[in-house]
Amino acid sequence: MTHILSVSVLNKPGVLTRIAGLFSRRNFNIESLNVGKTENPEISRMTIVVNGDEKVLEQVTKQLHKLINVLKITELDKNSIVERDLILIRVKCTRKQRSEIIQIADTFRAQIVDVAPDSLMIEATGTEDKLEALTELLRDFGIAEFVRTGTVALSRGQAAK
Amino acid sequence: MPKLNGGEIIIESLKKENVDVVFGYPGGAVINLYDALYNSNMKHYLGRHEQGVIHAADGYARSSGKVGVCIATSGPGGTNLVTGLANAQMDSIPLVAFTGQVSSSLIGKDAFQEADITGISLPVTKHNFLVTDIKDLARTIKEAFYIARTGRPGPVLIDLAKDVTQAVAEFDYPERVNLPGYKPTFEGHKLQINKAAKAINDAKKPLLYVGGGAVISGAQAEIRQMVEKAKIPITTTLMALGIYPEDQDLALEMLGMHGTQYANKATLETDLLIAVGARFDDRVTGKLEEFASQADIIQIDIDPAEIGKNLDVEVPIVGDVKRVLKELLPYIEEKENGAWQQRIKELKEKYPLKYEDDDSETIKPQYIMEEIDKYTKGDATIVTEVGQHQMWAAQFHKYKKPRQFITSGGLGTMGYGLPAAIGAQIGQPEEKVVLIAGDGSIQMNIQELGTAQAYNIPIKIIIFNNKYLGMVRQWQEFFFDKRYSSTKIPAPDFVKMGDAYGIWSKSVDKKSELDAALKEAMEHDGPAILDLHIPEEENVYPMVPAGAGLKDMIGG
Repeated sequence: MTHILSVSVLNKPGVLTRIAGLFSRRNFNIESLNVGKTENPEISRMTIVVNGDEKVLEQVTKQLHKLINVLKITELDKNSIVERDLILIRVKCTRKQRSEIIQIADTFRAQIVDVAPDSLMIEATGTEDKLEALTELLRDFGIAEFVRTGTVALSRGQAAK
Repeated sequence: MPKLNGGEIIIESLKKENVDVVFGYPGGAVINLYDALYNSNMKHYLGRHEQGVIHAADGYARSSGKVGVCIATSGPGGTNLVTGLANAQMDSIPLVAFTGQVSSSLIGKDAFQEADITGISLPVTKHNFLVTDIKDLARTIKEAFYIARTGRPGPVLIDLAKDVTQAVAEFDYPERVNLPGYKPTFEGHKLQINKAAKAINDAKKPLLYVGGGAVISGAQAEIRQMVEKAKIPITTTLMALGIYPEDQDLALEMLGMHGTQYANKATLETDLLIAVGARFDDRVTGKLEEFASQADIIQIDIDPAEIGKNLDVEVPIVGDVKRVLKELLPYIEEKENGAWQQRIKELKEKYPLKYEDDDSETIKPQYIMEEIDKYTKGDATIVTEVGQHQMWAAQFHKYKKPRQFITSGGLGTMGYGLPAAIGAQIGQPEEKVVLIAGDGSIQMNIQELGTAQAYNIPIKIIIFNNKYLGMVRQWQEFFFDKRYSSTKIPAPDFVKMGDAYGIWSKSVDKKSELDAALKEAMEHDGPAILDLHIPEEENVYPMVPAGAGLKDMIGG
C-alpha cells in the first residue's frame, strides 16, 4: 500500500538529511522523495511516497512531526489530487524505427527532446501508471538511459472535488 | 546594548537560562569560550574524557531536574560525546552540548580536528544546530534550551564555528522562541480524559504501569493520589523506581525481564493497564502479544509517536503526564477494589524477591544492597553502571522518592555510572550519593576518578567484583551451555588504583567485615571506593528470557 505525504519543511541546511535519516533509522520504506522550493522561499515542500500499512503511515507521520524543522504533513487522498512524475528516456533506435517511436510518444503526449543518429530522447510527464506503460512499450527498442523525478503531487482546489 | 565576543555571549546566555554549572573539556576550537569562562563565575567541572563530561552533565540533569550543560572541542571532542548523547536521547534527558567546530571558512576541507558532528549526532539528538554567524548565536542557544527541556526532553547539540566564538556582536537575548515546527501538546484531550476515568471506575483489576515520563513531569503527588484514591496497585519501570514509595502495600516495584514476579503476574491478570509516561520497551513487555493480554490499555504520554508505537491502546491521551493526571483525578471514584487488593497481597506474599544466603563469609550482592538500604535509611541516591549489579540495585533496595535511582536505562551504557554519580552529587550536594558498579563497567570510564578526587566529590563507589562481565556470562550460562566466551575479565587492584588517585579505598571479601567497611566508607569525608568480592557466578533472578512472555519467568 503506498501513501503520498506532502510535507512542508523549513528550508534549513540539512533538512533533507534529517528526513532521509529518519526513514532509514526507523526502518520505513520510501518509494520516492521529491523536494523543491515553494512560493515562500523559506519553506520547501517534499512529496514523499511511502510504502506500508496504516500503522506504518501513522508512525511515519508522528515521527516526522517530531523533527523541529517540519511544519506540516498532509496525507494526500489519491482521489482528489493531481499527481505527476517526469521521465526522460533515451531509447536506442535505427532510422527505420524512428517514426514508430515518435508515434508511441505522441500517444502518450510525450515529447521528443533530442535526436541522435542511433537514439531518441523522450520526455514525458504523468502518473506513475502512465509512465510505466510508456517505459514498457519502449523497452522493446532498447532503453539506453532513463531518469525519473519521482512523484510530486498537490491537492485539487475545493470546487474540483 | 553591550558588545561581547561569541564566548562571552555564550556565558551570558547560560546565565539567562539559570545555568550555574557546566561540565567540559577544553581544546583549540573552544579556546575562546574557555577564555570567557576564565573571567566568569560559572562553575566549570573539568572531566578526564568527553564521554565522562557528558555523562556527568546527564547525571546532574537527572538528579537536579535542570538542563545539563557540557562543552567539548571539535573533532574527537565531539565524537567522544556521541555515546552520551545517545544515552540521554534514549532516556529523554535534557542536555545542551556545545561543541567547537573549525572556522567556517575551513568547514568541509578536512581541517585539523574537523568532524561533521551535526551530521554524526543527528540520529542521537532531539535537535542540533551549526552556528556559523554570530548574529544567530544567542537565538540558537535560547531555542536549544527550550527544545531540550520542553515536551519530551532530550539532548540538543550546538556546533560553534571557531570564528563565531571570536567575533563580536551586540548581546540581545530573545525573550521568547519562534519555532513554528515545534509545538508540544501539554493539555490532555477532555473527551479522552473522560473515557479514561470511566474505564478506571469500571475496572475490577486496574494496574498502574509508570515510566520515566512521570519522573520528568514531576507527577509523584498525582501518582500517589491515583494509587490511594482508587486503591490501584502500581508497578514501575527501571526509569521510575521510587516515584511511589516501594515499601507500600500497593507497590509492586519493577516489572519486566528482571522485575518482581508479583509485578509481572499482575500484568497478566489486570483488566486495565494504565501506562503513564512509559513506552512499552521490550525489556518491560517481553513477548508483545502476551503482554497485558487480558487488559484494555490507557496510555498517557507527551510524545504522540509513543502512542501505539509498540502496542495498540484503547484510550490514548497525549499530554503532560502531571497535567493529565491532575485533570483526571477528580473524576476517579474512591474505591476499595477489595478482591484485587487481596490478590495483590497474595501475590506479594507468595512470590517475594529472594536469594540464597547462609552463615558463611560469602558476600552476596543482594545482601550488600539490603545493607546499604539499611545503613542509609533508604535515603541515598543510588547511581549504577550497567549489568547484573544494576539489576540487584533495582531489586534489593526500596526506593522512596523520584530521582533517587539514576541509571542508564534505554541505551544500557557501561561506563555511565561513575561520571553520572559525580554529576548527580553536584546536582544534589546535600544527598548521599552511592555508586553501585560492576568490576567491568567501572573500568570503562575509570579515568573520572581523577575528577572525583580533584573536586573532592564525596561519592561512595561500591564495586561488585565478580571478575566477570556478569550479565553476559549469565546469558552464556543459560543459553550457551556455559561457554564463557570473553566474559572473564581480570580487574586491576582497585585499592591500589584508588591510592594512585588519592582516593580512600578498601577491599573486602568477608561478610563479617562488610558492615564496618561500609560504615567507614560512608563516613569518609570525600570520595571512597569499596571493592567487594562477590561470588563469581551469582545470577540475577527472576528472569524472563529475551523474547519470551512475562509468564515464562525463570527462578526467583
